Amino acid sequence: MSALFEFLLRQGDNALVLGHRTSEWCGTGPALEEDIALANTALDLIGQTQLWLGYAAEVEGKGRSANDLAFLRDAYDFKNLLMVEVPNGDFGRTLMRQFLFDAFQVPWLQALCGSSDQRVADIAAKSVKEALYHLERSSETVIALGDGTEESNRRMQAALDLLWPYTGEMFADDAGDIEMAEAGVAPLPSTMRAAWDQTVQSVLAEAMLTAPQSDFAHKGGRTGKRHTEHLGHMLATMQVLQRSHPGAVW
Amino acid sequence: MGVTEAQVWDWLDAVPDPEIPVISVVDLGVVRGVDVTGAAVKVTITPTYSGCPAMSVIALDIETALARQGVTDLTLETRIAPPWTTDWLSDKGRARLEGYGIAPPRAAGGPERCPRCRSTAVERVSQFGSTPCKAQWRCTDCLEPFDYFKCI
Repeated sequence: MSALFEFLLRQGDNALVLGHRTSEWCGTGPALEEDIALANTALDLIGQTQLWLGYAAEVEGKGRSANDLAFLRDAYDFKNLLMVEVPNGDFGRTLMRQFLFDAFQVPWLQALCGSSDQRVADIAAKSVKEALYHLERSSETVIALGDGTEESNRRMQAALDLLWPYTGEMFADDAGDIEMAEAGVAPLPSTMRAAWDQTVQSVLAEAMLTAPQSDFAHKGGRTGKRHTEHLGHMLATMQVLQRSHPGAVW
Repeated sequence: MGVTEAQVWDWLDAVPDPEIPVISVVDLGVVRGVDVTGAAVKVTITPTYSGCPAMSVIALDIETALARQGVTDLTLETRIAPPWTTDWLSDKGRARLEGYGIAPPRAAGGPERCPRCRSTAVERVSQFGSTPCKAQWRCTDCLEPFDYFKCI
């Protein structure tokens, strides 16, 4: 697997898995406006998935399409962060995860706009506008719920405590990242840490929430080596139609 | 008899946006280019939001409209760069949006006034709305909720 193909899968799989998780809220959001917001966020992410996986399929050059990559790969071929495959939990946890992801994704996509690979730069320029909008909403919601009632604060702190050990994987450079950095395709993920810390610390302070001290990080999603048990269950639902009726089209 | 690019633009300006039928796909800024070489017509389109589900309908509507005008050799190309911006909405489109009850986008990040009663006393209900390109607002004078075309 080429480093560029793996890099593109990582971008596409993050968007796809978070997009699918977010879409699980469709029709069950806590209020009509929130339901619509979640569905629209999911739609943006699925749209970004098509761009990333579409390019990944071209780079792979084996005649597979974005749909093939989304619906016909198994869990261990997925390269998404573990954080995005963790089940949604309550509304607060879903938005806390969105916030922790958006706070990374915004500076990351901004950096990718200057990629030496023009297609990567184009996809990033398209996606970052949506990511900025998502960050605005997820930040506001984290603050509103964190600095809300005793109950909402307790739930948001619990969400943060649960998700925190999954955030370190975003900054864990590996050989593929180094190859991409040397080629000027993408910066090393670890260089995003300062920008992420700044956004997260300022929003958490306003939200009356405390980041855990531990820097232990669950890893294995970006490499595909060790996904959580949740991804397979999610894919079973997401892929069922193509698995049961191979090649079915809308 | 060959077609001209200006003719094709006119025909496309008669293709309504499937979600907001008062404006055309040209008003929306989705059509980025028309190229005519002999009988061959190439139309370049760009999505508003990357996941906008209306794109396939827009492509089909363009094909149908041009076929009706006798264009048989059509290539439709999708391009994402430079990314779509609300700056590309035409003035005609902005005026029609407001007439239809959708506040046009503004760089300030919110609607200037209620599209129904023109009051400037408006507040945001949700950052998202009935389509990816809209947010929900409300007028605190006439109390009507309304769509606001998000500015990106």
